[in-house]
Amino acid sequence: MESMSPEFKNNARGAIANDPLQAALGKLTHGFPKKRAEAAARLPEFDDLRDLARDIKDHVLENLDLYLETYEAKVIEMGGYVHWCSTAQDARETILDICRKADAKTVTKSKSMISEEIAVNRYLEDYGIEAIETDLGEYIIQLRKEPPSHIIAPAIHLSKEQVADTFREAHQDLDASRDLDEPRALLEEARAKLRDKFIHADVGLTGANMLIAETGTNVLVTNEGNADLTNNLPRVHIVLASIEKIVPTLEDASTILRVLARSATGQEISVYTTFCTGPKRPEDLDGPEEYHVVLLDNGRTDMIGSEFHEMLRCIRCGSCLNHCPIYKSVGGHAYGWVYSGPMGAVLIPNLIGMEEAQHLPNASTLCGKCETVCPMRIPLPRMLRKWRERQYKSELGSAKARWSLSAWAWLAKRPALYRPMMNFGIAILGQFGGRGRFKSLPLAGGWTSKRDLAAPAGDTFINQYHNGARGDQSGELMRRGVIK
Amino acid sequence: MSQRNAILEKLNKRLDRPDDLKAKEAIRTRLQGHSKNLIPKRGTIPQDQQVTLFRKEAEKVNASIVSVSSYDDIPAIVSAYLRQHQLPAQIKIAPDPRLKSLDWTASTSLMVNDGRADGDDPVSVSHAIGGVAETGTLVMTSGPESPTSLNFLPLDHIVVVRADDIAGDYEALWDRIRQTAADQGTPGKLPRTVNWITGPSRTADIEQTLLLGAHGPQRLHIIMIETADTTSPEA
Repeated sequence: MESMSPEFKNNARGAIANDPLQAALGKLTHGFPKKRAEAAARLPEFDDLRDLARDIKDHVLENLDLYLETYEAKVIEMGGYVHWCSTAQDARETILDICRKADAKTVTKSKSMISEEIAVNRYLEDYGIEAIETDLGEYIIQLRKEPPSHIIAPAIHLSKEQVADTFREAHQDLDASRDLDEPRALLEEARAKLRDKFIHADVGLTGANMLIAETGTNVLVTNEGNADLTNNLPRVHIVLASIEKIVPTLEDASTILRVLARSATGQEISVYTTFCTGPKRPEDLDGPEEYHVVLLDNGRTDMIGSEFHEMLRCIRCGSCLNHCPIYKSVGGHAYGWVYSGPMGAVLIPNLIGMEEAQHLPNASTLCGKCETVCPMRIPLPRMLRKWRERQYKSELGSAKARWSLSAWAWLAKRPALYRPMMNFGIAILGQFGGRGRFKSLPLAGGWTSKRDLAAPAGDTFINQYHNGARGDQSGELMRRGVIK
Repeated sequence: MSQRNAILEKLNKRLDRPDDLKAKEAIRTRLQGHSKNLIPKRGTIPQDQQVTLFRKEAEKVNASIVSVSSYDDIPAIVSAYLRQHQLPAQIKIAPDPRLKSLDWTASTSLMVNDGRADGDDPVSVSHAIGGVAETGTLVMTSGPESPTSLNFLPLDHIVVVRADDIAGDYEALWDRIRQTAADQGTPGKLPRTVNWITGPSRTADIEQTLLLGAHGPQRLHIIMIETADTTSPEA
């Protein structure tokens, strides 16, 4: 997909001024975090399972080449085909080739972020093959020709009125005066429209939440059941997955599944978890005759062993988006590409280049909430800082910002100069601001034109510390076993 | 160089492991051992409590569940279900001997066919290999006696499961599936599809409004065979 990431600042401004979007984001971000917290609280082992999930993926990534070979051998043994693709274009061509050999007219698709990454729908359509998204959210945004705004809830930025307008325009064969006021009516219409597509599609294209090396299996997780109709009904099933999706065993997959839905939607588990292995057996009554796996690199091998290696543990639950103050303010489209939120801000520069995505790692307050809720314990804030460091080193960003940072760094490294200056500045600001807030401040208009600036307490941290305001640390020290 | 080899060689170079052979051996051992990781306590309770927990968890995610003492009770239960929801007296059943051998027409006026779903079947009846108490999850495997389309195409899905096939955790079902494969002379091979089903289909894609029946069934009705003697009719 082409990126709009360089436009992040403009996109963000537009998003903040967009009232329907703000209303939608409000609903999203209040719902998911609450449900996640409840699900986590209900499972006492949740944090231990997160540790295990992390360790499983770390082990796989350390041995990724060996696991890929093992997985490939098993897929072939089970009657499937494995296609290795280095780039997005390679994957598009491979998928087109499989579709052509199957003489395919239509392809049903279940949600796959990788397929967004390689923009396969438009490519297939250029060659006369209709690709139909079947996840309800994906179907809506496909009709609107928009990218997803959330990795698990792609149409979350839309109101039901906007969806109704979209359906009226797309489904002109239906009675124009039909009632589409309620979400139920919209769902019924989409279900009816897609039913025929499911039954008559020649090829089903799915992603994979995981690939299991032990058995040559792909895992599909949905709540709607669309991935199941997609893999079961057409003659050919294509699985499109990036190389880091491997897990060793069915038991390892089960462990990761225990943290996936809880982190994503706060469900104990998604409605449908499906394990597909190879094509239909001769005696089976249904299922595809051909089973293909398209394994895509598209930048992952470059991340292995890099500062962003751990990002490859990501299982795309969307938890970091739901808890991110920036995502909550601007939504997914502002990020300008397939992914968004903290995981997007780390991943996108890896996949499309740091220059193209230079604003994204800066679109963070580094509050750390994303890492706190990440089921795979990915150190997202640390990686965002890594991108900022790289940008600084390669002289990206405005001259003013770079100059200010250099000046501050120069000063901060000289305590004899820094401390008196801070004492002076903070005392002045503290006096003027009292204990309140500044509504405007010279040289800080960029901040105060949108929000107040909290006035400093009147004394620096170091001074307060030296004057004995250290607080009572006995609890913490006892916990760590330093004192009894 | 093929793309396959390019990817693998690049990975190998970047990973720079001290001893590839040792790593390979460790992976082989790990896959063969497929040892269990942490199982939540919730999944390790005694079997009779597992059945209770299964029921509770399944109902929480909008499945309905009814217990019967014998397979012979199934036709009447299905018939009552169809009347209750004002559905046509027409079902597609999985060609599982435990379902096919039932006397469907003795006490009901049901039209019964077996086989895969074709898109026009309003109601299907199939048999699960078991259930997982931890989350109220049914486990179905594909095969000539259990076509997967029955699980997804009809709007109403009725699933028969035996109480003594309910386990605490997912891992217990993997053990069972592996054992079945070994018994069939195909050790280590999974059926084409293993489906974990936890409640009826749903979506919240429009304004976060939870709606049941997105693409899969709108209702999931579970018939649990709960009896001291759970021998199936063909046995």
